[in-house]
Amino acid sequence: MPDDLNWAIGGEAGDGIDSTGKIFAQALSRAGRHVFTSKDFASRIRGGYTAYKVRTSVDRVESVVDRLDILIALTERTVHENEDELHEDSVVIYDGERSTMQDVEVPHGATALEVPLKRLAEDAGGAIMLNVVALGAACEVTNFPIENLDESLQKRFGDKGEAIVENNKQAARMGQEYVREEFDLDTDYDVETTDEDYVLLNGDEAIGMGAIAAGCRFYAGYPITPATDVMEYLTGRIDQFGGKVVQAEDELSAINMALGAARAGARSMTATSGPGIDLMTETFGLVATSETPLVICDVMRSGPSTGMPTKQEQGDLNMTLYGGHGEIPRFVVAPTTISECFWKTVEAFNLAEKYQIPVFLVSDLAMAVTEQTFSPETFDMDEVEVDRGKVVDESDIDAWLDEKGRFQAHFPAADGVSPRAFPGTTDGAHMTTGLEHDELGRRTEDTDVRVEQVDKRNRKVETAREEESFDYREFGDPDADTLVISWGSNEGAMREGMEFLAEDGYDVRFLSVPYIFPRPDLSEEVAAAETTIVVECNATGQFADVIEHDVLERVERINKYTGVRFDADELAEEVKSTLADSAGTQEVEAE
Amino acid sequence: MSSDIRFTDFKSDKQPTWCPGCGDFGTMNGMMKALAETGNDPDNTFIVAGIGCSGKIGTYMHSYALHGVHGRALPVGIGVKMANPDLEVMVSGGDGDGYSIGAGHFIHAVRRNVDMSYVVMDNRIYGLTKGQASPTSREDFETATTPDGPNQPPVNPKALALAAGATFIAQTFSSNSQRHAEIVQEAIEHDGFGFVNVYSPCVTFNDVDTYDYFRDTIEDVEETDHDRFDREQAKDKILESDKEYMGVLYQDEDSVPFEEREGVEGSMAEIPDGAPEGAMDLVREFY
Ligand SMILES: Cc1ncc(C[n+]2csc(CCOP(=O)(O)OP(=O)(O)O)c2C)c(N)n1
Ligand code: SF4
Repeated sequence: MPDDLNWAIGGEAGDGIDSTGKIFAQALSRAGRHVFTSKDFASRIRGGYTAYKVRTSVDRVESVVDRLDILIALTERTVHENEDELHEDSVVIYDGERSTMQDVEVPHGATALEVPLKRLAEDAGGAIMLNVVALGAACEVTNFPIENLDESLQKRFGDKGEAIVENNKQAARMGQEYVREEFDLDTDYDVETTDEDYVLLNGDEAIGMGAIAAGCRFYAGYPITPATDVMEYLTGRIDQFGGKVVQAEDELSAINMALGAARAGARSMTATSGPGIDLMTETFGLVATSETPLVICDVMRSGPSTGMPTKQEQGDLNMTLYGGHGEIPRFVVAPTTISECFWKTVEAFNLAEKYQIPVFLVSDLAMAVTEQTFSPETFDMDEVEVDRGKVVDESDIDAWLDEKGRFQAHFPAADGVSPRAFPGTTDGAHMTTGLEHDELGRRTEDTDVRVEQVDKRNRKVETAREEESFDYREFGDPDADTLVISWGSNEGAMREGMEFLAEDGYDVRFLSVPYIFPRPDLSEEVAAAETTIVVECNATGQFADVIEHDVLERVERINKYTGVRFDADELAEEVKSTLADSAGTQEVEAE
Repeated sequence: MSSDIRFTDFKSDKQPTWCPGCGDFGTMNGMMKALAETGNDPDNTFIVAGIGCSGKIGTYMHSYALHGVHGRALPVGIGVKMANPDLEVMVSGGDGDGYSIGAGHFIHAVRRNVDMSYVVMDNRIYGLTKGQASPTSREDFETATTPDGPNQPPVNPKALALAAGATFIAQTFSSNSQRHAEIVQEAIEHDGFGFVNVYSPCVTFNDVDTYDYFRDTIEDVEETDHDRFDREQAKDKILESDKEYMGVLYQDEDSVPFEEREGVEGSMAEIPDGAPEGAMDLVREFY
């Protein structure tokens, strides 16, 4: 990718890093360039290192790499934090006049571009605009037409009045002119624009948008990083479609409210992260035994306990797969890309209602905070299908009444799915409970009925296995000896990592699996490969465990649990060294 | 809704397994009467119950109902009502369910003021787990888990409710069936969260807070010059420590239910076959 540019702005939390990064990312996206952003943030509101990274190219970008071309450093620490990623063509923009930046040494022969950001911002109308001055300077360095910034500035500051917008445009131009006049730059960055139209959104926003598209009308949640954006997205928007967001007093309440709304017939969802999922656990079983369709979204972050709240991890797979006492039929769906966050959310609602079962929608921090460009048609609303399953109303309820005229809400149907009557339906009154019950919802401890109802609920999983396609996405050479499997947000890094591997002569077949349960049977694929490697962001290899269990064979594992997502180049190296190690062990075994 | 609904229509064909003489029989009968009296029928009524002897009520009544997990009935009720304000929602449970494990939800449900009723069968003991101290047990009430008494004062749920901004606070005694039914009816008719604490004696595990005790001590505020719309008077009655009252202790005439303030208009159950009209605008926002 010739014009693949890696850009970052870093400073202290509270410095406006996020919004500045976003302004630049949006400008690039509007200029018809692909964008992939990542954030590095600490769990505090002021102080602490924060960075917003933007990777951009005319071609699609799916991941981050270990390289920085342009760095706007608002603090000295920003330079140190990114030291290893700088190279001799990098340009570091900083304000040398500020006391905090006096002793900066820019490493690896990178160009130090001292721009009096604060002074220029003051000239443009206020020191607060120093970040925008830096954006203007970055435009000059990268040959990116500064007009593209204007619309983003309008979007960001429009609410504050035209004067503010104009001042910001002016600030950007002052940065640009300063660089143009003061430096004779020896770089050949050339960020081209195209005529493409893109939208730029993150995983949480895609989940929220998917929920509305699917007809979700009720959302109850309790704020927690990194799931809060789902709630913030829905607030204000869902109302326009006849829905409501309720901020509950805690997660126990959130899931129970969502359950109540689902019971009343609304498509309903809650979203949280690890600690909140723990609190919700008791209700998982109630959702399943009362056969209520509910979407429970877990945007994973680093655990256990409060762990590292602003860091990446995929450590809750076991929790969503096995969490809760007793045996709970459920589906676990885990989108692997931001666009899938949208589509799998739609699917989660359909699965929940078709099978009257809890559906866990599992995402992760890396996906939640990453923004990526897509052509708008990626989210073609005409493609959205809604399947509400076996809902009965006044016209057909008679078929489901017993000889005494009672509605059989838990009728042990052959496919495991009973009829559903929304409250208010004449003759449909019935009760549902977390207690074991008969077909009418009445408590029972009768051994035959118990077995019948357990089997009935579990049959949903069997039926779904037959009727749905719980498939994977495949990349690379289908006949390669090396099989890599991953889930969640690692797909992008692995896809790009395959390019690095190919350059070094490694042939890889890669399966990205968005269904944790039910999941595709991978035994043939694993059997066909010489080496199978499962890639995931956790320490113990939770997905590798379930695959080993399925295929009855050992698999290799690549685990990362530093709190940072995989880089494409890093992942490629990991695959190589895993192959080298496993070749070693195979030889030993052969001897 | 048909006008010939009788309270027995709210009875299920499941025989209660409550101990003979349990206060919960009277409490439930009053709830059924109140529902029928207010023109509801089983098909538009949703009952949510928690866990405990009291929580079994949903099983013995006939309506749409959900019997949930311990302490979480109120959030379920709120979800039901928000999703379909046309339903009559009644939540019920015990003192342990509502004021111990579910105490957090209680305060917030009061604050939220969703238009539903909450009937708590207060027997000052944990019945279903066979007789441990509950949050309303007396300080010196001896049980297997508190041989010297809980050693802490009981919670005063009506005071909690008042402090949290309740718009309707009432108390009844299950054996005074006529008054109990009337008061529950008022709770249903109230525009907002109608909270009713019912003294509903446990004849098996509580030999202190008995029928006789309540009969001898309880006074009906209707027979005093109590003004239910006066918060100060309500406060005095509620904080009076050695007196038990019955009746509507407080009501806010200007109460506007949460779902109304939030502009929830009708049932959320109906949705289009595909993405809603105008959904593509959601995508364009990200340009
Ligand atoms: C999470 C959880 N903890 C404990 C229990 C056990 N449990 C069942 S009922 C109950 C107490 C019920 O007391 P109360 O609400 O006063 O109802 P009562 O039985 O007195 O009517 C307890 C502790 C449970 N079901 N769930
Ligand atoms: S144990 Fe007490 S509360 Fe439970 S049914 Fe018996 S009398 Fe009623």
